[in-house]
Amino acid sequence: MAAKFEKVKSVEKEHAIVDGVDISGDWNRMFEQRVITEYTPELIEKVADIPGAESFANCYQCAKCIPVCPVDIVGNYGPRKLYRYAQTGMDLTEAPELWLCTTCKNCLRVCPKEVDMIKIMPAAREQAILAGKFVPAELQQAFENTAKTGNPLGQPQRKRDAWIQNAGVTIPIIKDLARPVDVLWYVGSYPSYHPRGIDAASAAARIFSALGIDFAILGREEKDDADSQRLAGEKGLFEMMAESNIATFNNYEWKEMVVTGPHELNAFKNEYPKYGFNRPVSHYTTFLARYLDQLKPLLKHEVNVKITYHDPCYLGRHNGEYEAPRKLLEAIPGVELVEMQRNRENGYCCGGGGGGMWMDSFTAKHTKMRLSEKRAMEAASTGANVLAVACPFEVSRFEDAVKSTGNEHVTVNDILELLDRSMRGEQ
Amino acid sequence: MNIVVAIKHIPSIADDLPVKGNNVDFDSVDFVLNEFDEQSIEQAVLVKEATGGTVTVVGVDMIGELDGVLHLALAKGADKAVKITGDDPAADSHQQAKWLAEAIKGMSPNIVFAGVQASNDLDGQIGPMIAAHLDMPYIGGVSSVEVAGDTATVNKEFAGGFGAKYAVSLPMVVGVQASTKPPRYAPISKVRQVAQTATIEKVAPSGESSARLTMKKMAPPVVTGHAEMFTGSSKEVAAKIVDLLKSKGLA
Repeated sequence: MAAKFEKVKSVEKEHAIVDGVDISGDWNRMFEQRVITEYTPELIEKVADIPGAESFANCYQCAKCIPVCPVDIVGNYGPRKLYRYAQTGMDLTEAPELWLCTTCKNCLRVCPKEVDMIKIMPAAREQAILAGKFVPAELQQAFENTAKTGNPLGQPQRKRDAWIQNAGVTIPIIKDLARPVDVLWYVGSYPSYHPRGIDAASAAARIFSALGIDFAILGREEKDDADSQRLAGEKGLFEMMAESNIATFNNYEWKEMVVTGPHELNAFKNEYPKYGFNRPVSHYTTFLARYLDQLKPLLKHEVNVKITYHDPCYLGRHNGEYEAPRKLLEAIPGVELVEMQRNRENGYCCGGGGGGMWMDSFTAKHTKMRLSEKRAMEAASTGANVLAVACPFEVSRFEDAVKSTGNEHVTVNDILELLDRSMRGEQ
Repeated sequence: MNIVVAIKHIPSIADDLPVKGNNVDFDSVDFVLNEFDEQSIEQAVLVKEATGGTVTVVGVDMIGELDGVLHLALAKGADKAVKITGDDPAADSHQQAKWLAEAIKGMSPNIVFAGVQASNDLDGQIGPMIAAHLDMPYIGGVSSVEVAGDTATVNKEFAGGFGAKYAVSLPMVVGVQASTKPPRYAPISKVRQVAQTATIEKVAPSGESSARLTMKKMAPPVVTGHAEMFTGSSKEVAAKIVDLLKSKGLA
């Protein structure tokens, strides 16, 4: 990708006389006050004036964010560069750059000035959406689907629990059960509708059943958590969905909630409390790790594969869970677990966060390759033949990516599917 | 300028269409805005933005859930919303066109937009019949509208990728195939704000009309055949396709 904005002109002087001494040469800038004339701060202030986006102006151009930015690795991006682009003429609220950040949080992890893209991006995007500026068409479709049908895939609400027919175990719907349960399992949109998501959901149901967990799902009353829509700038849509979901959650008696996806974890644990929902929520990896002693005897069949695990940004960096997924994988007999170079706190992003899930074609136009493709190549380079994931966004993203990068020999599986395979043997 | 958009609330076909008796089971299906009406609302707002005026959106409330659609239209730039309390989900396009025309009459419209067709009956009758009831010219299959004074320049699409440009004198009724620009996005915060503040005018249905068609039977399509997948190398597959075309007398 060619540099979009003109490079700054050098302010070095061929000749500089300081206190009568000629200090001509490339080091003279140390002695003369540097007059900065090649930019104005207006477009930086325009972003920093948006409530929530104030920290954009904190950047002092140290560039620690650049080598960890997943988008920069396949393009030309990162908070430092966005600041510089704004200095040299880019209006972030109108530029394609507004939509490329996946809110993976790796920049914030290393930023000494706490420039917080997790707050800047949703705020600036919301401003652009409210002002009727450019919104990628695919994203607009996901917003409209969520508002109309309760899920970004645009699938009918009354089919949300259709998958339970083929799971092979009874999956109780809390409304029909009409009694309190220990665990309310929030299935999520992709595990309810996407064929590969349904595979993971069905595996989860079989595992919960085998462990004797008293669980139920919301069925047709469940709606998308909408956290990624919030991060993509649709705060109003998020609030509408949050209000609806919280009312549904509070209609029933349950002790704790388990979610299939890290984005749902982030929504219910960190965002829904702002709207009055304060109840225990865990990701399935954290939940199942608690049952490890009961789970291990159930894992009877060897699964002889070399696995590398991809840390989902919203499970790892955003919510601090790195060990539970690894413990579960290591509990499977026959498994060899190998790490990719970028793992845990420095894990690479699949590209699906912050609305990236619904901007794949748009993002692809502004990067050298998809983030999921870069990650699929990293997974393949470990020699692993299974890429294990723990986020419902990832299975379809990485399955496409292993194909498009010629790494079909790497199978993509949710941890749930691998546990289920060890429990039941090859089906 | 008075711009009016006539819309239709129709059963969603995102799901399998439930059938009860000789018609759709209207109690167990979601209703959605006809997708051509999304285009026609956008076209109306674009004309308003270019020339000034007010946009009034009017539709028949088939099942008592039209408010959401009207709020969305207001959030996208319409100025007034009117619902005709038809309350009959089985009302056909002739009946709806009559009710709409009676409601539109009093609005003294300069231009009336309607989606060129809807996926429930596919007869494309709403626009032409409103035009007939209001004694206005009708032009359908339209993909752009520009208004100057009392004349509109309209692009109409024909089959085979042909298009034609017409100059039409106002008032007129336009059947919109596609708006000049893709329909804009209405942020939910704006839709919700509108929902709290907007007033929707209620109009009783007036006049009778019918297509005089009786539905004898409605059933989901019977699955009879199946797709045959050719496998093998590209040359083998190509040879199989050639053989197939020959066997059908097509090559």
